[in-house]
Formats: sequence, structure tokens, C-alpha cells
Amino acid sequence: MALVDEELLERAPDDRRLPRVTPHRTGEIVRHLRSPKTLWCPGCSNGIVTRALVDAVLALELDPDRTCVVAGIGCAGRITAYLNWSTVHTAHGRALAVATGAKAADPGLHVIVIMGDGDCVAIGGNHLIHAARRNIDVTALVFNNSIYGMTGGQMSPTTFEGDRSTTTVYGNVEQAFDICELARAAGATYVARGTPYSYNRLAQLIAGGINHKGFSFVEAMVSCPTYYGRQNGIPKASDMMKRQHERSVPVEKFDLQGPRLHDRYPVGVLHHAEREEYTTAYAGVVARAQERSGG
Amino acid sequence: MPQPRRLVEGNEAVAEGAIAAGARFFAGYPITPSTEIAEVLSRRLPQVGGHFIQMEDEIASIGAVIGASLAGAKALTATSGPGFSLMQESIGYASMAQVPCVIVDVMRGGPSTGLPTDPSQGDVMQARWGTHGEHSIIALVPSTVAECFDLTVEAFNLAESYRTPVILLSDATVGHMREAVALPTADEIRVAARGEPAVPPEDYDEVVSTVDNIMPRPALGSRYSVHVTGLVYDRSRGGVPATGAPSVAEGLGRYLREKIYHHRDAICRVEELEMEDAEVAIFAYGSVARSAKAAMKWARRQGAKVGLVRPITLWPFPTEAVEHMAEQVRTIIVPEMNLKQMSWEVQAAVAGRAKVVDHGRIDGKLIRPEEIQELIRTEFYYHRFKETS
Repeated sequence: MALVDEELLERAPDDRRLPRVTPHRTGEIVRHLRSPKTLWCPGCSNGIVTRALVDAVLALELDPDRTCVVAGIGCAGRITAYLNWSTVHTAHGRALAVATGAKAADPGLHVIVIMGDGDCVAIGGNHLIHAARRNIDVTALVFNNSIYGMTGGQMSPTTFEGDRSTTTVYGNVEQAFDICELARAAGATYVARGTPYSYNRLAQLIAGGINHKGFSFVEAMVSCPTYYGRQNGIPKASDMMKRQHERSVPVEKFDLQGPRLHDRYPVGVLHHAEREEYTTAYAGVVARAQERSGG
Repeated sequence: MPQPRRLVEGNEAVAEGAIAAGARFFAGYPITPSTEIAEVLSRRLPQVGGHFIQMEDEIASIGAVIGASLAGAKALTATSGPGFSLMQESIGYASMAQVPCVIVDVMRGGPSTGLPTDPSQGDVMQARWGTHGEHSIIALVPSTVAECFDLTVEAFNLAESYRTPVILLSDATVGHMREAVALPTADEIRVAARGEPAVPPEDYDEVVSTVDNIMPRPALGSRYSVHVTGLVYDRSRGGVPATGAPSVAEGLGRYLREKIYHHRDAICRVEELEMEDAEVAIFAYGSVARSAKAAMKWARRQGAKVGLVRPITLWPFPTEAVEHMAEQVRTIIVPEMNLKQMSWEVQAAVAGRAKVVDHGRIDGKLIRPEEIQELIRTEFYYHRFKETS
């Protein structure tokens, strides 16, 4: 049996408001990888999101030479060693800070930032809210597996209340972040959430984010059967993916007043607004400064 | 046409030096006594088509500087003790990933919030060993406003030449002092360009820099595909992570050290004054060297053979110059605004060949010439007493 059912991928429905993403054949995807081998565990869905990202970039026909991926530390951050574009594997939590500098120095770059949940909303939380506030034109793609996988399964800021991890063996007593809500409140102008189960939709949501001029934020709900699943009674990767699918509700049908996150969360484009983008605004600063100095 | 002489503040000279060196990106966070550098650059950088950004903290500031440098811009940040502490994480990253950048630390009293408006030299060891792990670093110490300009240009040139973070260790006195200077014009200074590797993109992964041929890294978004990481990486395989290979880790670590230490003669700059016949030397750097120079002149007027050795490069430590001094003089006086931080280093190089007299001050006050004069007086009195008894 083939690892990926290529025909099923091609038949999947798409969202007409988002850029059209026709899934590419595996042979085409692999051309954009330094190595098809990864250190991600069997059953981890990071690889699916990586493929969706490559599909999105190919669908948008971005110049690979002008596309760069900046990531932090953790399982998700390892994507930098696999993608064959210019990639920066920064310090833990600092991806958005580094991406901000790269984009500001060269506004023509397509900058895609990959973070895990710990990377993005624990150690890097401050950078997230300020990147969103600035509305700088980078796309943040978060691989949210609700756990620290690389260090062996500790509680993260997106571990649901009551769930178990190696540092919450009696059940997590902290409330989980809804990171899409956080990004929206901080000023992100495109906010979306998707699951690997709905592959095409996820690729479209990513493409929509990359196409958006401004700070775009895409949360991919990924599953970690090794550390999250085993500790919480769902050790099978397919069960975890199915559960994510069952819990996800298209945003159009989602009752915003109802229970959040743990049992049900909205998926799709959750927020979209137009606001002047940071590097465009700064080009105005340069123009005004040069006009005043007569140069 | 040369620029007219005018009163310039040390921090302003750093900002103008950065522009002259070709810096087109600054990211920073306000902190006394470095803030003027950010203020000046917020006005000046957009005038020359550059970019100024005030980040959410110092951690983000050095992060953005690294990102901008990777995208091809010469970039700097400026801070003081508390911010310098926060930057240590990414200074290590820049060292490991070989990202050229300049970090200006205008030293103030510490630890912690300490004495925000007062000078100190308490960060000299942090500049050397502040980030974790074995690494090498370059640090320069200006003692005049003119030198704030010159050494900022030099810092960028060294950063580009050796693909490394370079630290400019100013202090509250030098940073806030105003002196009449004519800032150099573009044709009066040498500026090192970033350049591109001398190989086509398809061969880039195969070519390995050596200490004698340090290849520039192509910018993100150029025709080259680059991978940058803070993990131990294999220099011969396009920089892919290689954490399971002890020999790769050893080789990388030694290369990162040697690419700087091998060039110590070219990097290390020391000013020597009245050393030809000196019996006693003062070893002083930064703002304290100004007082040391005044004390030396006073001593010469008294007929005492005193010289001054002023390291302009603090790291790598100018060991050879100190060894040479130790062969010549009987006593070395080391005044500094900390408690023995560089004095220990001097003692290690002197290795018992001369007496080392340290003098530390940590009250936020500049060491005055009279304090050093007193040390000289005591030294000569003691020496004469020894000779006659």
C-alpha cells in the first residue's frame, strides 16, 4: 500500500475563498526536502503539516530562492533541517524576533515562521504578541501538539486542563491558551486553524496566510501519540487524528458562546482584517526622513 | 571635504560610526546609558535607507539583529548591563552560527539594576564568558569620543572578516562625554564589505572555510540555499545538524576558536605610551585609561619612569603585549572600575615576572588620576626603601 493515497488527496474539497491548492505528487514534494528522513516519531503529524506547507508554497508559485523558513527549538523547529529552502533554526522561542529582523532588512523576502506550542506561547509569547501588534508580513505556522515532545512529554501552555504529562501526573490544573484568540487580540490580521485530518483545507489555510499582506497566524493541531497520546489514553496515532477531527467545528457552525478548546474548537479562517503592514508603513518613514534631510 | 570639528557625544559617535561602517539595521530597547545610540539611529538610519526598530525587549533586539544580518544587512544593537545579560543567549547563537553583528554595551554599575547612570567596567568578563559554552569573542574598548566612532567601524570590519559577533564595551563616562572631534569622512575610513562566496550556489555546500579563508555566508533570499542552526553542525555538509558525531563537534568548536585566535596579531590593538624606558607600567582601558594617562604624565613630571599600556582590544586578550611589558617593568598597576576582573588576566600573562598592583572601584565613580598617582607614589617610595635598606 502506498504511504500516501495521491488520488484521495486530489479529490479532497477546497475552500473557494482561499487560494486553490492542488496537492502535488510525492515525487514533486520530495524535491523540496534536503532529506525525506526525519527524527519525528512514527504517528507524528508534523510531516503532514510540512507537506501541506510545501503544497501551499508550490501552489502560490513562490520563488524558492526568495522564500525562507525561520523556526525555533523543539520537534517543529527541526523542519529547518528538512526543507531545502533557506532555513534558519534559531534559539528556543526566538524565531519571530529573527524573522522580524530578516523581513525588515529585506521586505521582499517571503518569511515563514515555524514554531511549536512551547516555542510560540511559552518562551516566545512576548515575541508573538508584538509581531502580531506590528502586523509585520510574516506567516507564523504553529505545530500545536499540546506537549513538549523533544524533552519527553512535559505540560505546555496548550495542554488542556485535566490532561496528563510527565510534569502534570495528577492532571494539569492550568487553563490552556487559545493561541488563535491570543494572536487575534494582539493584532494579527489573518488567523486560521486547521487539522492534518482535513489536509487540503489545512494547505489552503496556510496558503491563505502566506498570501495575506500582514501578520498571518495559522495553528495546525498536530498529534503526538508518543508523549501526549500514551499519557492520555489515546496511544494510536489514527485515534488521535480522528479525535482532533471530531473536536474541530467549521467556524461558520461554531457557537462562539459555547464550550471552548478542550471539547470543541473552531477551524477555518477565524479572523481576517486589512490594516497597514509594518514594512510598508516603514517605507513611509524612510520617505519622510529622506524628504526632510533633503536627500 | 573634511567634516568640521564639533562637540560630539560618545554615544552619538557610535551611531555615526555605525552608519559610516555601512550598518543599515538597528534593533534595540531603551536603556540608560545607551539610549542615545537608539535615538540617533532612529533618525539617521531611515535617512540613508536603513531600518530602525524598537523591539519588545533585548532578547528580541539581538534576535532581530541576527535576522537582519542573515538577510544581508550590517546590523547592530546597543544596550547596557541588564540588557546585555538578556542578550547572552543569542550572542552565543551568533557565535555558534557565525553571524556577523555588533553589540554595543555601554557599561553601568551592577549587578542587576545597579547604578543606571554611573560608569562601571563590571561587564568585561561577561563580554568574554557571558554566554554558555566554549566560544571565542572579540571585544573593543573605546576611551575617547573619536575612538567611539573609529572602533565602531573597526567592530563591523572585524565582524565581517571573522563572521562573528563583536562587542563594543563603552561605559557611561565615555558614552555621555562630549569632545570636540572632526568625524572622519567616508574616504578616510576602511569598510569591509560582506561579499558573496567565491563558488556558485550548487557548490556552496561542498566548500569549507578555513581559518585563513573565511567565506562569507550568502544572504537569505539569494540564489544560495543556506541552513543556519545553533546546533552543532557539519561544516562540510552544508551545515546540517550533526549532534551524534563527536569529531564534528570537536572540529567545529576548535574552528570557531581558531578562526579568531589564529588572527590575534591582526585583531589585538594596544596603545603604548612612554614605555621605552618605563620601570612601572599602568595597564588601563576605557574611561579609566584617561585618568591613567593623566597620572602617567604627572609621574613623568616628577621624574618617575612610568608608562601606559592601554588595550584597545580587550578580547582576545593581548597576552603578548602584557608578556612583553612583564619582561620590562618591575610593577604593573591595574586600575579598573570592578574588582580585579582584568587584573587576574594580567597576572596570568605576567606569571610572576612582575608585581601586579590592582586598584578597584565599584561605587559608580570614575577612578581619578590622583588615586593612580597615589599608587605610583607608594610604589616608588617602597622601591627606594627596598633599595636603601
